[in-house]
Parts: sequence; structure tokens; C-alpha cells
Amino acid sequence: MVYGHSDRGPAQVVDPVTLKILVAGGFGAGKTTLVGAVSEIKPLRTEELLSEAGRPVDDLAGVENKRTTTVAMDFGRITLREDLVLYLFGTPGQDRFWFLWDELSTGALGAVVLADTRRLQDCFAAVDYFERRGIAFTVAVNCFDRAARYPEETVREALDLDPQTPVILCDARERESVKEVLISVVEHAMMVSATRR
Amino acid sequence: MTQDGWFDDAAGPVVRPYAMTRGRTRSAADGKLDLIAVVVADRHTVADQTLSPEHVDIVELSRENPLSVAELSAELDLPVGVVRVLIGDLLHAALVRVSRPVPPAELPDERILREVINGLRAL
Repeated sequence: MVYGHSDRGPAQVVDPVTLKILVAGGFGAGKTTLVGAVSEIKPLRTEELLSEAGRPVDDLAGVENKRTTTVAMDFGRITLREDLVLYLFGTPGQDRFWFLWDELSTGALGAVVLADTRRLQDCFAAVDYFERRGIAFTVAVNCFDRAARYPEETVREALDLDPQTPVILCDARERESVKEVLISVVEHAMMVSATRR
Repeated sequence: MTQDGWFDDAAGPVVRPYAMTRGRTRSAADGKLDLIAVVVADRHTVADQTLSPEHVDIVELSRENPLSVAELSAELDLPVGVVRVLIGDLLHAALVRVSRPVPPAELPDERILREVINGLRAL
């Protein structure tokens, strides 16, 4: 096999430290919008082909010949420094893709649970998931133009959150607003890891 | 999808994705390459002739800039599983290296977290 590693080359580039924050929430809660508001790249899409794994729970009635399903994950990137890169991953919405969440959440810094007050129940599953696995998360209430506004306390009670879990009202389209949400996730993660140490 | 049939992208890939990996769904190396593991190709790596076009694409993309597994998958429009196998081949041939293939169990230390917060504020 012919390949060469020259030693004339420039100094070794420092490998970037990469971190990830997950963005969860119901269908249409604005996950991809939130990612797009802060990402330096247009949200990209990566796909996973599922075959056997999803079969026991997938309802294949009528499409019995369907052998694979495609699950899409949208993600964005924020280069904080040349050697420090933060990735935001929108989690697949359907409950049957929980096993993909396991992979996504391994090593995650924390998570955003994006809530729509018109369909708050859509984020119960995500809240439950992150609480069980001890992943620091912030609930960001996406203030849709036509949705009624509720104070943070009401949302906190409705979701039965731990008192230290941050709840923030946000606009997923606004970069500044999303920055605040992400800062809150990292601060909360710091606090959680400090209490554990 | 319409009743008339599938055209272009709706028809799916011309080559079934796992044909590119010759049917392999995992490689020895991919112990589970994380989505944010970064693939780096040496600037002077010369691709050898046994590589498939997709292998060459990965080497070329990651030579310009270190890229994460997720980005390579999106860039090449290939499922993550396929990209993992292809990266495994390249690792085996020592044509690329991967920084931190498996995510750490612990959170990064406080210093890095503070840098993330400061970096976000400065955006």
C-alpha cells in the first residue's frame, strides 16, 4: 500500500475539543429553528438507517415489505474558538427512537427541552428521560406569537420540575435569546457536576 | 411521493448505502465512533488505489478541516452507520486518525465549561 506521511509539513494542528448539547422537544416545537438561530452553518442533516432495531415497536401494518426506516437528526455547529467547538443536535421526535437518544446523550454536556405551552405534554417524555439519566437540562419555553404566555412558575409546576432546573422564556428564532438558553444549560451543568464531585 | 412513481431523490439512492461498505454494518474500529468524534487526515496522506470514491471523499474533506463524524455524514449524504464503517477502514489503513472516538463519561472540567460560557457570550 502506498501512502506517505511527510515530516516536512506544518506543525500539527491542535485537535479541537468538541462538545454537544441536545435539543429535545415535541414535533413543531422549534428545535431546528433554535439550532439554526445560533449555528454558524445552516443546520445539517444526518441520517441513520434502521432495520431490525425498530421492528418490534414499529407498526408495519400495510408496509410489511418496508425493511428500513430513516431517522433524521438536524444539527448545527458553533466554533467558540479554533480548538473548541460546540455541536447542537436536535433529537428525533418520535418516542420509538429512544435508543438513538442514548447514543446522542452519551457524553453530552447538557440539553435544552424546548416547550410549546399549547402542547406541553409533548415534552414530558424528554424531561423524564433527562431526569432519569442525570443529564443537566434547561426548559426553554418557546414563546410562539399566538400562544398564551404563562409565567415560568406555572410551567415549572405543570412539568413537575426539580426546583433547580432552569426555566427560561425564549424566542427560538432570536440568536440572543437562544444564546441565553445555551448559557443557562452550561451553567446548570457546571452546578450539577460541582454538587456531584 | 406521488402516485406516478418516484423520481430523482424520492427514488432513493441508486447504490444501496451499505453496498459501499460491501455489506458490513460495523467495523472493528468503530467500537462506536461518536457523532462528534473528529476525523483528521494528514495533509500529506496519499490516497491509495484500493480506496473507494467515498473513502477518498472522507480523506479529502477531513484533510482541509478536521470534521466530525456527523458532519462527514451530512456532507457525503450517507447514513452515519455507513460513514462509521468507512472511517473504520481508513483508521485501519492509518490514513486518518480520530480524536476521542468514544465520548468521556465525565463532563469536561470546569475550566472548559467556563470557556464555553464565555465563548457563547462573545458570539
